[in-house]
Amino acid sequence: MKPPSLCCLRPVIKKEFRQIRRDARSMLFMTLLPAFMLFMFGFALNFDVKHIPLAVVDEDGSRASRDLVDRFRTTEYFNLKAVLPKTAAIDPVMAREDIRAALVIPVRFGDDLLAGRSPSVQIIVDGSNAMSGTTAAGYVGAILQSYSQKVTLEALARRGLTDVALPLASEIRVWYNPELRSAKFLVPGLMSFILMVIVTVSTAFSIVREKERGTMDQINLSSIRPIELIIGKIVPYVAISLGSAHLVLLLGEVIFGVGIRGSYPLLLLAMVLFVTGALGQGILISSITKTQQVAFLLAVLTTMLPTFILSGFVFPIRNMPPVVQAITYLVPGRYFLAALRAIILKGAGLSAIWDQFLFLTAFTVLSLGASAARLGRGEKERPRRRRAGA
Amino acid sequence: MPEHAIEVKSLVKRFGGFTAVDAVSFEVERGRIFGFLGANGAGKSTTIRMLCGLLDPTSGTATVGGFDIRREPERVKRAIGYMSQRFSLYEDLSVIENIRFFGGAYGLSKRAVDARLAWVLEMAGLEGRERSLTRTLSVGWKQRLALGCAVLHEPGIVFLDEPTGGVDPASRRRFWELINSLSESGITVFVTTHYLDEAEYCNDIRLIHAGRIVAGGSPQELKTKYITNPILEVASDRIVEAMEILQREPWVLETSIFGTALHISVADEEEGRRLLRARLGREGIAVHRVDRIMPSLEDVFIHKIEEQAGGAEAARVRP
Repeated sequence: MKPPSLCCLRPVIKKEFRQIRRDARSMLFMTLLPAFMLFMFGFALNFDVKHIPLAVVDEDGSRASRDLVDRFRTTEYFNLKAVLPKTAAIDPVMAREDIRAALVIPVRFGDDLLAGRSPSVQIIVDGSNAMSGTTAAGYVGAILQSYSQKVTLEALARRGLTDVALPLASEIRVWYNPELRSAKFLVPGLMSFILMVIVTVSTAFSIVREKERGTMDQINLSSIRPIELIIGKIVPYVAISLGSAHLVLLLGEVIFGVGIRGSYPLLLLAMVLFVTGALGQGILISSITKTQQVAFLLAVLTTMLPTFILSGFVFPIRNMPPVVQAITYLVPGRYFLAALRAIILKGAGLSAIWDQFLFLTAFTVLSLGASAARLGRGEKERPRRRRAGA
Repeated sequence: MPEHAIEVKSLVKRFGGFTAVDAVSFEVERGRIFGFLGANGAGKSTTIRMLCGLLDPTSGTATVGGFDIRREPERVKRAIGYMSQRFSLYEDLSVIENIRFFGGAYGLSKRAVDARLAWVLEMAGLEGRERSLTRTLSVGWKQRLALGCAVLHEPGIVFLDEPTGGVDPASRRRFWELINSLSESGITVFVTTHYLDEAEYCNDIRLIHAGRIVAGGSPQELKTKYITNPILEVASDRIVEAMEILQREPWVLETSIFGTALHISVADEEEGRRLLRARLGREGIAVHRVDRIMPSLEDVFIHKIEEQAGGAEAARVRP
């Protein structure tokens, strides 16, 4: 006759806490690795392109051409590295990667401009890094555009037309991340990635270690029920991983300037749901494997790549082909990430992201339920197990 | 109250095509020390795991403490203590933390655990080492602590699977004293071992070989029931050569080497002594001593296994 209460929960929780505390490696793994990874990834995965080294070939040397060069000198997007005498001098400098872009202002540029003949300038961009190359070309284009607007307006003014409006004036305003800094975009993504991997891996060892050491048999023979074992094993890890999640949040704020705009309780709820689900996934992996090595591999395989590629962390989901988009629904990191970005960057409330919470809850219930069912079966191949005295 | 603590009828366990336990049947009386003897891989652990409810039998039935292992596994669990072959405590917990954890895991109240704590520490000889990490204890201590944890909840039956594996002789003796005292307090002890000398401590024994029970009874019964022919212990020079020579003689039934002596089984003691000295004398092998001995369990075991393995050949040689 089983008592309905969770009477054997306390001893399991106490034991897990003691074991984790005595295992310095897993303590470090759980607490400091996430912060360390955020630090490393946060700096390495920087999509911002600023201070692009630039060279200018000013063949004209007029007032107008110097005016244009000044525009590149004063922006933070470019570092004017050199003023070269002729176009042929660009190649060796760019090959050495001293510069990534070059601007060539042709002879008669100033005269043509004054005469209203639309002179062309040449932009040369190092395409060996396609991402930063495209961005650099875009910046050059934008600076030239604004310069040519200014020149047009000045020319019109000289003809006495002072009150001219350009046919279409556009102004782009970016919300939530006004400087379009990738740190803002990456910190929530890193957080979901790091938590998913670390948390799943840490519990993936938990059951399989007991199997390897033979203590699982003793637990199976004791009064501890599978659900008590799972909850007892998860509770300490939830506490520890929430701690390291906060460390990541703190680092995000201090180092990368990503503050939380939205509600903290809502953020905490999302973290608890996600962490618990990931812990459940780890336990499930642990309950179906026989050795710690296999458990580790399985935990890494099912978390690292899917969360990196398919959660929207690095690649936007809506740009993926429909089949791949469908697969992303199976990646729990996707919902957590969406919730994190909404809460941290946009300050969104539950009404805006209730669906993400619904999916997160489903993930948690599913992973815990599956591991409880799996552990309840133990190593028995019993198809119709009936509980005694039920 | 059921008559027997354990009743097993035609228990079978197959793993794919391999039959680990082949139609095993036996009964264990209450309060006795029941020894399950066999080599590694004979099916001892598989049987224990089925009786504890850790493994489902392929067919057959068994009751433990009066409960059916298939239909009432939860009640069986409550009635037994189990100590597995591998050391199965938490090495990264201290002695006292292990005791407290298992006490809680068996659903004992804190007061009940406190009451048993002193008993376990005294029994295992671990007073004063309560705070030591279990990892740092010697194997003998670990085994005694594991036994203490297995009977914390005072079960009526305790299963010990190779409890003395890898333990030094002094610790083994001490462990068997503990088993004896458990038995004296009324606990039924089901113990497996491949140390045949340990079987002498048991009240009742089954020999298991390749998944089948090949002999059973008390140690005394085993020695007299299965071995009726006299066994001679021979001390001689060049015993390996002597054994090879004697093996070919029709009047020698079985031979084996025990330490520095040779054991041979013959049909008649006096004739055996005479033929033996004559035969080895012809080879120039000096015989120092020939004694009729009481067969050991090892003699019985070897006899039964050889009987099984080379049945046809043995039958031809035997008169």
